[in-house]
Amino acid sequence: MKSQSKKWFLLIIALSAVLTLGACKKKAAPPPPPPPPAPPAPTASISVTPNSIQAGQSASLTWQTSNATDVSIDGIGAVQPNGSQSVSPTDSTTYHLTAKGAGGSQEATARLTVTQAPPPPPPPAAPTVTDEDLFGQNIKDVYFDYDKSDIRADQQSSLQADAAFLSQHSNINFTIEGHCDERGSTDYNLALGDKRASAVKDALTSAGVNASRIKTISYGKEKPFCTESNEACWQQNRRGHLVYQK
Amino acid sequence: MDESARPIFRRGSLSLRGPVWVLLLAAVFYLLSSPSAVFAQDWVKTGTSLGVEKVRLAVPDFKPATNDPQTASLLNTFNNTLWNDLDVSGVVELVSKSFYPLQVPGQPPEVNFLAWNAPPPNAAMLAFGNLGVAAGKLTVQGWLYDVKNTQSPEVLGKQYGDAASDAAARLMAHKFADEIIFRLGGGIPGIAETQIYFVSDRSGHKEIWAMDYDGSNQRQLTHLGSIALAPRVSPDGSRVAFSGLTKSGWEIMMYSLDLNRTVGFPHMGGTNLSPAWSADGLKLAFSSSRAGTPEIYVSDASGGNLNRMTAAKGPDVSPVWNRKTNAQIAFVSGRTGLPQIYTMGADGTNLLRMTDQGYAVSPNWAPNGQFLTFAWERKYGPGDPGALDIYLMDIASKQFVQLTHDGGRNDSPSWSPDGRHIVFQSSRSGKEEIWTMLADGTKVQQLTFTGHNTQPNWSWK
Repeated sequence: MKSQSKKWFLLIIALSAVLTLGACKKKAAPPPPPPPPAPPAPTASISVTPNSIQAGQSASLTWQTSNATDVSIDGIGAVQPNGSQSVSPTDSTTYHLTAKGAGGSQEATARLTVTQAPPPPPPPAAPTVTDEDLFGQNIKDVYFDYDKSDIRADQQSSLQADAAFLSQHSNINFTIEGHCDERGSTDYNLALGDKRASAVKDALTSAGVNASRIKTISYGKEKPFCTESNEACWQQNRRGHLVYQK
Repeated sequence: MDESARPIFRRGSLSLRGPVWVLLLAAVFYLLSSPSAVFAQDWVKTGTSLGVEKVRLAVPDFKPATNDPQTASLLNTFNNTLWNDLDVSGVVELVSKSFYPLQVPGQPPEVNFLAWNAPPPNAAMLAFGNLGVAAGKLTVQGWLYDVKNTQSPEVLGKQYGDAASDAAARLMAHKFADEIIFRLGGGIPGIAETQIYFVSDRSGHKEIWAMDYDGSNQRQLTHLGSIALAPRVSPDGSRVAFSGLTKSGWEIMMYSLDLNRTVGFPHMGGTNLSPAWSADGLKLAFSSSRAGTPEIYVSDASGGNLNRMTAAKGPDVSPVWNRKTNAQIAFVSGRTGLPQIYTMGADGTNLLRMTDQGYAVSPNWAPNGQFLTFAWERKYGPGDPGALDIYLMDIASKQFVQLTHDGGRNDSPSWSPDGRHIVFQSSRSGKEEIWTMLADGTKVQQLTFTGHNTQPNWSWK
């Protein structure tokens, strides 16, 4: 009698353990209880292709359900019973689909792994200043009088500084752009801009800069630095503009 | 001001020949105000007196010939185009529609001569007709009647047919207008079928565009994606030369209107600007800095046989051939400071300075070879508002007359092939747009409204 009650006791424990564990476990396969008149249980599946992307890329999420009236995906919301959608999460995401119908509910999941984009290549070991930075810090543009292409006396110091810098950095090639203010004809200003660029080039070459390092181009009044119609603005636009050539 | 350039109205002995210039005489006559009217009378007498009194022409709307649903809209296009062509022609005086009788003719039997040749319309000529669409085909019948000559009134009777479209209706109106202008305008072909090439930035870049002479049918030609400037159509209308910004700088480029694409042209090096065709279409003149400073060069139309024509330190640019004689080139030079207009022989000899002050650019030669039009800021100086205006100068006497007075910057004038019209760019509306006017400065019309539009060039025919 004692051993029998112990047996019962074990049986109950075992049964409840089975029930408890079974309840906790995901319904991998729907329990096949026998109720024949019940409506058919919904089915659901979801997949994502590719299942691994880099941050910033996108993947295609595809799902199918049947016998479901109410389908939703966590994080996306209610969706059509069957469908697909492009997703581009920034972090790895598990898409959890729930399909509810008269015959119960069904769930499915798909996981999208997101790897972070490879970091940009590390900057050069030491944070050195590039030639381009130095060029931008040291080179000064040369300004002109109205309708003139000769170098003004007050621009000589800029030119001498430019020539000194360029002589020290003989590996730098550069372009001189000739610019004009908005007054006068398009064609005449392009010719005038050409003369301005040449004037700066001539001044630099006579100061010892090798002509083979220099390109010239005229932009006339096509690419103004300043677009107001006053003398301050026009002066800004009458210049030889030196540009680092990569 | 020296003796060489002075206002045109100070001398009365300008001799002009040919019917086109009669109009200019009339133009000058118009522009002259009371102090100089005495001299102006001499001028008018030197002409053939044709065109001094314009023919009064009545143009009632054409009548619908069918009930096709397309008829109404095409009739509207036709009537508007015909009226505008005749209105801007400078050849006729259109009788205001408010003077017309209630019953207008669509066919010869419907013409009531008394209703037209007596006041209020008091018309000398009557253009009328009908337009109908049937089975997709557009048919226009048009007549020009001398309504003072009731015995044999018909001057012109024309019928046009084509597949029904808005473009076809416009073309038929242009053709009929040109027939009328040819007969009433001294036998000079009309310009209703001519084209204007220009620069527009409406695509986001400055590209070469084309349009009909009245501003319709605007379309983009080039797609450089950089900057395209200074279009110049060849005399035969097959090519447009222009200056384009390439990777190696500004080069002369060529667009084929037959192939609808840019075709090869040799790169010259340096900055190459403002091409111009010789009148025979065999040569191009342009500005190039390939040898240092921008100078005028002449090459074959293929770019070969390059010859340098000028050798001044100042920038030389914007050449244009005398399209009558083909023996002279006008151009702009900054050799003495501010840019001035010069002429030289096509071989580079016989240099003459045409303007003596201010800022003068963008010359263009009249079809008769006697006149230059150009943009001139004549009173340039401190405090000057910077207004450029269009001027006309007789090259023999250097007498000039100012054509625009309406503010803004006016530049890039180009003559129509009949010599009666000038197309130009103006900022008077607030931004650069293209306008036309009669060569006397009247009948000013704006042709472009979208984006910035500049450097118009009128086709040669």
